[in-house]
Amino acid sequence: MAQGQTAPGIVSGRLSSEDIAANFDDLHPAYAPHEAAVAADRCYFCYDAPCVTACPTDIDIPLFIRQIQTGHPQAAAQTILDQNILGGMCARVCPTETLCEESCVRETAEGKPVEIGRLQRYATDTVMSAGVHPFERAASTGKTVAVVGAGPAGLAAAHRLAMLGHDVVIHEARPKAGGLNEFGIAAYKSTENYAEAEVDWLLKIGGITIENGSALGQGVTLAGLQEAYDAVFLSIGLGGVNALRAEGEDKDGVRDAVDFIADLRQADDLSALPVGRNVVVIGGGMTAVDAAVQSKLLGAENVTIAYRRGREAMGASRFEQDLAASKGVKLMFNVQPVAVHGNGAATEIELEYTSYTGGELTGTGETVRLSADQVFKAIGQTLEDAPGELTLDGRKIAVTGAGRTSLERVWAGGDCAAGGDDLTVTAVAEGRDAAMDIHASLSA
Amino acid sequence: MADLKTNFLGIESPNPFWLASAPPTDKEYNVRRAFEAGWGGVVWKTLGAEGPPVVNVNGPRYGAIWGADRRLLGLNNIELITDRPLQTNLDEITRVKKDYPDRAIIVSLMVPCEEAAWKAILPRVMETGADGIELNFGCPHGMAERGMGSAVGQVPEYIEMVTRWCKENYDKPAIVKLTPNITDVRFPARAAKAGGADAVSLINTINSIVSVDLDQMAPEPIIGDKGTHGGYCGPAVKPIAMNMVAEIARCPQTHGLPISAIGGITTWRDAAEFMALGAGNVQVCTAAMTYGFKIVEEMISGLSQWMDEKGYASTSDFIGMAVPNVTDWQYLNLNSISKAKIDQDACIKCGRCYAACEDTSHQAIAMSEDRTFTVKDDECVACNLCVNVCPVENCISMVELQPGELDERTGETVSADYANWTTHPNNPSAQAAE
Repeated sequence: MAQGQTAPGIVSGRLSSEDIAANFDDLHPAYAPHEAAVAADRCYFCYDAPCVTACPTDIDIPLFIRQIQTGHPQAAAQTILDQNILGGMCARVCPTETLCEESCVRETAEGKPVEIGRLQRYATDTVMSAGVHPFERAASTGKTVAVVGAGPAGLAAAHRLAMLGHDVVIHEARPKAGGLNEFGIAAYKSTENYAEAEVDWLLKIGGITIENGSALGQGVTLAGLQEAYDAVFLSIGLGGVNALRAEGEDKDGVRDAVDFIADLRQADDLSALPVGRNVVVIGGGMTAVDAAVQSKLLGAENVTIAYRRGREAMGASRFEQDLAASKGVKLMFNVQPVAVHGNGAATEIELEYTSYTGGELTGTGETVRLSADQVFKAIGQTLEDAPGELTLDGRKIAVTGAGRTSLERVWAGGDCAAGGDDLTVTAVAEGRDAAMDIHASLSA
Repeated sequence: MADLKTNFLGIESPNPFWLASAPPTDKEYNVRRAFEAGWGGVVWKTLGAEGPPVVNVNGPRYGAIWGADRRLLGLNNIELITDRPLQTNLDEITRVKKDYPDRAIIVSLMVPCEEAAWKAILPRVMETGADGIELNFGCPHGMAERGMGSAVGQVPEYIEMVTRWCKENYDKPAIVKLTPNITDVRFPARAAKAGGADAVSLINTINSIVSVDLDQMAPEPIIGDKGTHGGYCGPAVKPIAMNMVAEIARCPQTHGLPISAIGGITTWRDAAEFMALGAGNVQVCTAAMTYGFKIVEEMISGLSQWMDEKGYASTSDFIGMAVPNVTDWQYLNLNSISKAKIDQDACIKCGRCYAACEDTSHQAIAMSEDRTFTVKDDECVACNLCVNVCPVENCISMVELQPGELDERTGETVSADYANWTTHPNNPSAQAAE
């Protein structure tokens, strides 16, 4: 029996299992073949297409769409995967509305872009469901590469390196590979255990070993890896979460949004996952939206995203904002947390309005209190456990060119490296490009 | 509301939209429903001579090509003439005509190329009270191999001979239906006129193979393991049909010969275009087969609205109006010089004009770093390809230079004078202008 949305505190089973299953259904359902053909026909096959320019992995989008249209979705998948080995996941999680689809000329013309993401998914799904892995390893080079972190950047680098004939060992702290694909994005974007299935499919290239429970400072050191391998690729992500710096942030019910999402993604039974009645998410990025929307889908009565700046500054795209609103999440702008109230456990959060004065964001002094038995922190992640010998650029690992760090034979990519935009697709591009640079270096 | 009433060969119908001789007009049941739906007339599906009816294949009769959303663009068929007994058809025609005296009923006929065969059937058709006959000299499959249909239509002498037999043995109008499976449609049209035809109708279907099954390695539709050529129709054939109609309308020897146009007519606009090229009315088949009889409602309302907008009170006001403007290439004005112009506000920056011009035309469009596309007037020959490939209507237009302006491509000033190839200095057989 469902507990209901108004049950106080942080409890599980607010909704029936059926309702939860329906709520967490695929955000963008797969195309049927005819739908795909019609959607593909909308592509104008632009010259020097703007969508390709906008894609961090430079997928030849007009070509793959034309291959779908002419009845060869597997060839389309090859076009995609040649550039982006995680093209299936990127089709699901890319903010296409700010990348390829935003630049689509039909967005300009009609406000309705070609649905590139869904077409990419259609193509990659055909290959995945056929169990085909359309890449072969080159003859062994006898060279070995250590990859630290089995997230998108690490997997992309590993696959490319293995394909080029190198032997790759991935050191992964968690019990499962996939990184944020597996632990850090909304469940409705990766239904049917897609992230895990994609990793299994990727590993079919051969030549890649994953050592789980192994990470820098956790059994291995950078110096040790440099010693044991011909090259090292660091794709360790951002392990830390920024603090609220608000009074009472240690109270029960206050936690990191990324942990909540990871728990949710790993839960066998979502109806057993507890969620508050009144949930407040602090932050304005994709993680904030993922945490807020999923809280709502689990049955929280009131969910609010509280963001300290205006809507236009939000990291989450307008599509994501509207998605949140459509699920009943309230978006509050220009408020920052000053205190979490409650006797041991959170019951209320106190927010202060903000304004820009002299180019600086400052509190106005006016505050508002919201009921909050659960508060999620989604105000950005930070680099943790970076080896001290690496030069940093701000709070990330400094890189030049295709991910070269300050150390010989050590490359870095993905969220931990400076210069990216914390997108899966960018991480894939960086992993791939670093792999090519490592290959060139090892072949020299 | 404009009056769509049409008088074709003295046969009146409430509108110019007739159903062509084909499966939609195969029997009383369909034809009654067509008239209830509003069709102005029908050409009853072709009757053959007395005797055992023809047989059709028992596998698929149609093949098709489609647009991306399964929009039917072209249809091909291997169906034969009616496979029902002659008397059954004649009885039904009689009954329907009696009940719908204001609608046109034409009986399509195809019997062997012998005078006796025509003499035998024509009095029986006369008895039905139908308004006229259409001689099917067009079907390109099945019957042609038996010396009928297009086998007759491809020999002008036969056309003339059979037409004459019909005019001698039948008192009402005789329309000769022409096959497009010839090299010059004016020859069969002249033959029909010489034989005394009251009108020609065209086009019948075009011989075709619409698709090949690459697994079975056979043309579609496949009967068992083989296919055959069939007659092609539908929207895809309209341009071919329009040229043939225009050729007959403007040929001095056939000019004025009434034409009933057939070929991919799907909308009021298609009908208006054919009629502007000289057709007195139109016949429709594929559109009805695709969408049902109801589609005539749009044709009626659309043609009527357009006529109102243009101030045409009757269809005769615009029939043939475009014919004087159809000419031969050598009479086109070589001093009419245009340049493509791209409306930058309408441009969506797809670059298709650039790819088309750069790769396949005259390298007359420039592309900037920020994807602004501009026409190089000193290279543009006004070929119109950019207009045709542009996905945005009216984004690129052809702007005619005015007399006195400079054509940057040739460095010459545009002349106000008309000048064509017949007098051009590069033409070896040019006649000096007088």
